Amino acid sequence: MERETGAREGLKGWLHPGKIGKFGIERLAWLLMRLTGLGLLAYFIGHIYETSHILDGKAVWDKSLEMTQTTEGHLFLALVIGMCVFHTGNGIRLLIAQMGYGIGKAERPDYPYKPQSINMKGKACIYATLGMAALAMWYGMAVMFT
Amino acid sequence: MVTIHPKLSNELSQTVVSSTKSVKLKIKRSNPNVNSDEKFDEFVVPIEKWTTVLDSLLDVKSYLDHSVGIRYSCRQASCGSCGMKINGKLGLACFTKISELDSDTVTVEPMDNYPVVRDLVVNFDRMINNHKKIMPYVIREDSEIDAESGVREFLQSPKNVEKYIQFSNCIKCGLCNSACPTMAMDKSFVGPQALAQAYRYIADDRDKGKNKRLKIIDESHGIWRCHFAGSCSQVCPKGVDPAMGIQLLRGYLLGIRD
Amino acid sequence: MMVLRESIIMKIHYGTAIGALFLTVIHIMMRLTQDFHESLQYENVIANYESVGYALLLELLLILISVHGFNGLRVILLEMNQGPTYEKVVTYGCLAAMAGLITYGSRTIIMTSMGMV
Repeated sequence: MERETGAREGLKGWLHPGKIGKFGIERLAWLLMRLTGLGLLAYFIGHIYETSHILDGKAVWDKSLEMTQTTEGHLFLALVIGMCVFHTGNGIRLLIAQMGYGIGKAERPDYPYKPQSINMKGKACIYATLGMAALAMWYGMAVMFT
Repeated sequence: MVTIHPKLSNELSQTVVSSTKSVKLKIKRSNPNVNSDEKFDEFVVPIEKWTTVLDSLLDVKSYLDHSVGIRYSCRQASCGSCGMKINGKLGLACFTKISELDSDTVTVEPMDNYPVVRDLVVNFDRMINNHKKIMPYVIREDSEIDAESGVREFLQSPKNVEKYIQFSNCIKCGLCNSACPTMAMDKSFVGPQALAQAYRYIADDRDKGKNKRLKIIDESHGIWRCHFAGSCSQVCPKGVDPAMGIQLLRGYLLGIRD
Repeated sequence: MMVLRESIIMKIHYGTAIGALFLTVIHIMMRLTQDFHESLQYENVIANYESVGYALLLELLLILISVHGFNGLRVILLEMNQGPTYEKVVTYGCLAAMAGLITYGSRTIIMTSMGMV
């Protein structure tokens, strides 16, 4: 009988930092897409709840706003902005790739068999998305802290 | 730690050139049939510039410990039997030269995401079942066997061969499935190996089974559980690029490819 | 999601993502066309809700993000564990959570835009 329970890597296969080192920036993008998606959903639920305080009058609305108008609150919102930009940018990259664009053309492979789908265009898009997310966070903080 | 003396090794294997270097080979040992213990056995083996990980494992098996469990056959990256983790990276033991690893210690472990049979041998049942599931053959109403003229062939043009030849290079070594992050969690996922093969047959213009295959992979643990992490393509030793095949395959389901 | 093929669900997933992207940009621009802090003042927010066009935009955004977000959650959860019961619970649980959030958010939008505050 084989060891079925130990057959899969489980969450270690998702979150292990060594995996990113071995499989490159695409694997990091895959993980961040997942984490930012979960983070944004959590924020969205919180946002819907927070904005519902508008029904309870000005005093309650102002009080609920105070939560995000602290330094920690601004940093949290900056993180949300970063997650949103990364999730969007990477999502567009994935959508384009999943439609078959920018992943190379099927052809007879030659040694040393460099995969065409893992190319510089894709990597550049991921780095650009990370850069844009950082810029958006910086801009968001500039707006919120002034 | 057990050592093969370079001279002894050369004598036994009748190698003319003497080894000047040796490495420590750490082999992960386990036998789930007996118990859940896992350990690393260490051996010192002589190497030459051309020595592969498989050569060293066979040295160990021949002269130091016959009980080491490995699966191998062709020794030339054609059979897909000797996939394993070598210093943490997935690869074929017969296709990985120790001199190119740039390390004095070589650690070999069984591939992730497969049940271990013993030591470095894993069970491929799931991969083979998924491979069979996508019907890896040309599907036609008519037959290649013609009653009047005898056997004839479904002709294929060189131009059309280029559309799928890359994907027909698959040797079913299972490295792609081992690298895939979805395979790490989803035991029902069809996997990059089978998906790339589904594309190989759909892209073949002799085949008429596109709709059948698309129906099979268009379910909750099918093609949509691939998120293009690309790890499968990075470890493929034959240039199949399963990630590309999967994205091209998705085009049929998104309605942007006929 | 038993009745829908996965490709249909994923087309909805991509479609809601693209729709939500455009509407989110407008939603954020509304905060930045004036001073950010000022835009969040009670009176300004009420004025936003009372504009029918903006209320419709918020409603649509609420639906698009809820559908996209909870389908994304379903996908992740389906990959984390398997089994008929688990998968049913995840699928219908996500559908119920999606419906619940849309209902709760719609209540805020409808009541505020109708001046019931």
